[in-house]
Amino acid sequence: MAAHAIFFYVFSIIAVISAIMVTVSKNTVHSVFFLILDFISISCLFIMIGAEFLGMIMLIVYVGAVAVLFLFVVMMLNVAQQQNQWFNSKENSGHIPIGLIISTIIFFELIIVVGGWKYKPELSEPNTTQLSNEISNTHSLGQVLYTDYIHVFQISGMILLVAMIGAIVLTFRQRVGVKTQSYIKQISRERSEGIEVLEVPSNTGVKIDD
Amino acid sequence: MEYVNLVFEEVYKILFLLIPVLVSVAMIVWLDRRVWAFVQKRQGPNVVGPFGLLQSLADALKYIFKEIIIPSSSNKIIFILAPIITMTLALIAWAVIPFGEGQVLANINVGILYIFAVSSLGVYGIIMGGWASNSKYPFLGSIRSAAQMVSYEVSIGIIIINVLLCVGSLNLSDIVLAQQKIWFIIPLFPMFVIFFISALAETNRPPFDLPEAEAELVAGYQTEYSGMMYAMFWLGEYANILLMCALGSILFLGGWLSPIDLYPFNLIPGAIWLILKILLLFVLFALVKAVVPRYRYDQLMRLGWKIFLPLSLTYVVLTASYLFYFNLLPTI
Repeated sequence: MAAHAIFFYVFSIIAVISAIMVTVSKNTVHSVFFLILDFISISCLFIMIGAEFLGMIMLIVYVGAVAVLFLFVVMMLNVAQQQNQWFNSKENSGHIPIGLIISTIIFFELIIVVGGWKYKPELSEPNTTQLSNEISNTHSLGQVLYTDYIHVFQISGMILLVAMIGAIVLTFRQRVGVKTQSYIKQISRERSEGIEVLEVPSNTGVKIDD
Repeated sequence: MEYVNLVFEEVYKILFLLIPVLVSVAMIVWLDRRVWAFVQKRQGPNVVGPFGLLQSLADALKYIFKEIIIPSSSNKIIFILAPIITMTLALIAWAVIPFGEGQVLANINVGILYIFAVSSLGVYGIIMGGWASNSKYPFLGSIRSAAQMVSYEVSIGIIIINVLLCVGSLNLSDIVLAQQKIWFIIPLFPMFVIFFISALAETNRPPFDLPEAEAELVAGYQTEYSGMMYAMFWLGEYANILLMCALGSILFLGGWLSPIDLYPFNLIPGAIWLILKILLLFVLFALVKAVVPRYRYDQLMRLGWKIFLPLSLTYVVLTASYLFYFNLLPTI
């Protein structure tokens, strides 16, 4: 068990420190890298409690796809010039009230969680359902997700689909005057359309009408 | 004391896996260049050692003794981390590849997801290298590769779902054992073709080598790297190619199983069959490099999102309904 505890503390310390560094570091790209480190150590923690499927999905979805897009956006915007302007300039200070509201909500949520831990310890006790070794947690997750919670699962899928279509509709604009290539046209060109063989008598030349 | 013995045993196993992988990566570079040369009626590297077999060793020596140049305007920590990450990720994925029944370093339940996760992390080495170089060509190359690798991962994921439907387990050994009756290349042949092309794109091989297109981007994300750091990118890339070949042979070509389950073929150990299948796929990779011209970027995106994604999704529906109708779905 000692090795288990050591690994747990290593991963959780890395997770907490990198989560702090996400907010503290000045370079935005560094923040995203710390976020990725945070995701990776969280997925290691998932694997340590025996939820290997969740841990791997966390790696694939968040680290492999979502964080890549974050990095993509952050690198494309020239954020280096905007450093330390957030509280100084007029047009950026509009974000402050919203940030304050969100941080107050998170603060009260933390108070509720910590308070519940203190006064009602039985609420936060880990679920004592015995994991059977015969069924892997991928199977047990699938059995619950596709039977009891099928409607919730389908609805969440629909919400994601609607969000995706919405993003496409919002950013789609019809551009005029763009020259595109049609594969069908290019492939279906025949030799007779491109080449014409002419008899050219010497010393006279030939006239080609377009 | 028991702990120490346990750790030594694991380290011994890991070295026993990694050293052959690294040596075979060096050999595979030679094979790649030779195949490429023979297609173009050249000789290829044939001077160093018999048939030029030691060419990669000579190249490695050259890289070791070259100076490592770190650009002064680069982000030094990330610049140095990038090749290390590429190399590490390419090597750790080998932990779950089974070379025979029970001959696997880590026989984990979610082996296929592990490989998929590690190969999707591979994009970070390239992005970090491109961004930290603080230069135009590497940056363009890394942005191209980010888009390319994310889009082709989607189709690879759906192809893996096709195989998983027929197996009913995420364990790589179970996937191989499920192919004892018939290799999945026969019922899922269209998926094998799409997997092969997506693997080319995922590992930035020609004709999808846009991140390092030498005619447009000098060498893409590798432009500012030199010496051993460049060699590490290069080793990581080839280790990834080998890994994709291994994954292809496990998913579709029956892994360590022999093609004919009869007397003389049974005696050959499974690892040899797996290596032969990996080599077969790798020669195909090398032939594609020699034969096909490079794709344009919009064609690449169109192929990934508008052709491969709908095709593989349709095939998932087909496979699932076929298995359901004939009551062939694997039981837990």
